[in-house]
Amino acid sequence: MPSAIVVSELRKSYGQVEALRRVSFEVAAGEVFGLLGPNGAGKTTTVEILEGYRARDGGEAMVLGHDPGAAPAELRERIGVVLQQSELSPLLSVRETHAMFAGYYADPRDVDEVIELVGLDEKRDARVKSLSGGQKRRLDLGVALVGNPELVFLDEPTTGFDPAARRAAWDMIRALRALGTTILLTTHYLDEAQQLADRVAVLRDGEIVRIGTPAELIGDSGVTEIRFRRNGELVRVETTDPTRALNELTTEALADGRMLEQLEVHRPTLEDVYLELVGEDAGGDE
Amino acid sequence: MTTLLHQLRFEQRIFWRSREAAVFIFIFPLLLYALLGSVYGDEIGGVPAVDVLLVGLFGYGAATTAFGGLAIMLVIRREAGILKRLRSTPLPAHVYLLAVLLSTLTTFALQSVALLALGGFGFDASMPANWLGFAGAIVLGVASFAGLGFGAAALIRSSEGVSAVVNVVILPMAFLSGSFGPTSDFPAVLQALADVLPLSYFIDIVNGVYLDGESLFADPAALAIVIAWGVAGLAVALRRFGWMPRER
Repeated sequence: MPSAIVVSELRKSYGQVEALRRVSFEVAAGEVFGLLGPNGAGKTTTVEILEGYRARDGGEAMVLGHDPGAAPAELRERIGVVLQQSELSPLLSVRETHAMFAGYYADPRDVDEVIELVGLDEKRDARVKSLSGGQKRRLDLGVALVGNPELVFLDEPTTGFDPAARRAAWDMIRALRALGTTILLTTHYLDEAQQLADRVAVLRDGEIVRIGTPAELIGDSGVTEIRFRRNGELVRVETTDPTRALNELTTEALADGRMLEQLEVHRPTLEDVYLELVGEDAGGDE
Repeated sequence: MTTLLHQLRFEQRIFWRSREAAVFIFIFPLLLYALLGSVYGDEIGGVPAVDVLLVGLFGYGAATTAFGGLAIMLVIRREAGILKRLRSTPLPAHVYLLAVLLSTLTTFALQSVALLALGGFGFDASMPANWLGFAGAIVLGVASFAGLGFGAAALIRSSEGVSAVVNVVILPMAFLSGSFGPTSDFPAVLQALADVLPLSYFIDIVNGVYLDGESLFADPAALAIVIAWGVAGLAVALRRFGWMPRER
């Protein structure tokens, strides 16, 4: 399959600040690709260059075979965009909003189908201003989907959601993926990247510090932690060879007639890997 | 063309659902006419006062609808990210802006009909002596003040401040230009100020076609000044207007 997005050596500065330094990655057609990183790492800048909102200072970018810098109408016909912060006209109803956007595309999806897909069927005739925050976010997604896009950009689609709303959003994104839609997702939630993305790129200070499947990223680290208590005191052993380490610990304990109290063996989570990659202060606070 | 009509339909729907816009832009000039028409005496400079005021309020209506309404709407939409969102769709920028402009023209045309009806039935005012010229003047007013509205939207940064800024411009301008009554007794400084503003010339043009049955092109100098103001506003817009929110 051809690549939906090809980015190489992408550079962007705002004044003295280098927002992106030689960022390169590819997104295959049909793939869910996650851009993960703390606030200010360059996620939104990357996405907005690909959406055609910002000009790049250097490097190459191709989106569905087009240079997004030229932002041709033909490209905008084939992408859907959910911005981090944007509003829709508060005075139109959910259905009218979808219908208005559908009118901009040559081959739109059925409006009612989209409303159902994003779970707003009960709010079909409600004015946008009466929707809750989560419902507005779903409306954003619906409007991005109404043009029947091949590629959807989701910039922090679940920020500010309660856990139930997040799971519902995840289900929608999975449903979208099942339809064959390519998705570029930015998030600072690790579990979101782990749950949804086929591959993840971790951004820090405008650079990609790691790229791969969530499993690969965890595998890369290779360190397993063994924890137990000896006389009530916590003992932690970090090892790259857990089989041998466990064997040694248990053999020793059995020989002494001791128990390894509260024995736990931990594979690193994506979160451990992530925190290691982006540094201490980057717990995704917001 | 289909997209243009599609967008025009939604622009009109949004406008009429917005109570603030409908009152501030549509009702207010009618209300002012009703008030002033009841207060002023028989004649102003030998012409029935209700006629002079009607002409003046066409001018005020054009400024409020096209300049004020457009500037406020565009700034609010830009700062809310509505314009940014639209830029990611295939809707061409010129189609969108043309739809917004035609929607403004529709609103002002309806307001003009309402003013005529109020004047004719309520105050026994005269009807336009040159109907075609009057229709042309409505289009001219919307085009010119819309140009200024686009320019103002490019310069005003905040959606909180835009209403205030727009009114600080429109109300004194309308007052000085004779929208609310004769200005012949005003101090020379104020009259000189009015002589630079586009509204006094626009009111002169409406005056010519409406009361004297002149052609729209009878006063080329006034026409040129009104057009020049619109073009100047548009030039500012072309240089400075952006689709992205300014404040974030």
